[in-house]
Amino acid sequence: MKAGLVLALAAAAAIALAGCGERPQVVTYKQGSYQGKPDKPPYDSAPFNGNRSDWENVIKTRQQKQNEYRRIGG
Amino acid sequence: MARMKFLCDAERCIECNGCVTACKQENDVPWGVNRRRVVTINDGVPGERSISVACMHCSDAPCMAVCPVDCFYRSEEGVVLHDKDLCIGCGYCFYACPFGAPQFPQQGAFGVRGKMDKCTFCAGGPEPDGSAEEFAKYGRNRLSEGKLPACAEMCSTKALLGGDGDVISEIYRERVTHRGRGSDIWGWATAYGPPNGPAGKAPAPGVVPPVPAQGAKS
Repeated sequence: MKAGLVLALAAAAAIALAGCGERPQVVTYKQGSYQGKPDKPPYDSAPFNGNRSDWENVIKTRQQKQNEYRRIGG
Repeated sequence: MARMKFLCDAERCIECNGCVTACKQENDVPWGVNRRRVVTINDGVPGERSISVACMHCSDAPCMAVCPVDCFYRSEEGVVLHDKDLCIGCGYCFYACPFGAPQFPQQGAFGVRGKMDKCTFCAGGPEPDGSAEEFAKYGRNRLSEGKLPACAEMCSTKALLGGDGDVISEIYRERVTHRGRGSDIWGWATAYGPPNGPAGKAPAPGVVPPVPAQGAKS
């Protein structure tokens, strides 16, 4: 009888104390690793045929065409 | 080469939807799918502001994080792309995206909800550059032709800027410096109102609330 009471108290204490455990509240998302087909860089094919600096220069020039202050003068 | 980004100047956008049309035309986007759209705040009210929205090619993209089949990848230029052959059309990316960029065609291999379609920054996909397969699945690969996205290049007022984040934010900064205002339009004050004003109202012309200038959005 006494042993049963002790056991019940111990179980109740264990359950009550379980609520005190601290768990992280913020979910941390992990980025998965890409499972699809590999892609090539945009300068790899024609008309640049792997010439990266050439491609970058063309893109840089193109970007500045969006700036009227440079394109037609401020 | 840094990261490719879009930046829309709300002070210049005239809601012409030219960017939407250019995107549709360039990529042969199917009916019902809008990779890009123009959102207007306070529509019809004097002082309304519009911005053009599509995939922002986030540096830490939530769509990539939630995709159960990991069909997303980020190119060397920072463009977020995906492999349609792997996509199962579950729609998780749609719920995760804060810009509503992922689109789902209403017909196709999966019946009601097809494979996800979104802005590719006119960079195609994992198929060979410039191939017919790439065009059919992802649209035109302008980046491999040394061109910028059609929406930005077609923008009549040059409100929509596309390209290297550092370069376009510098173009925007120069513009704001010339006209004396504008950084307050794009962001917090437009969405939530000025500190002591009604929410959702654009600040009155000439009134510059204490909001820090913003560059390219991630």
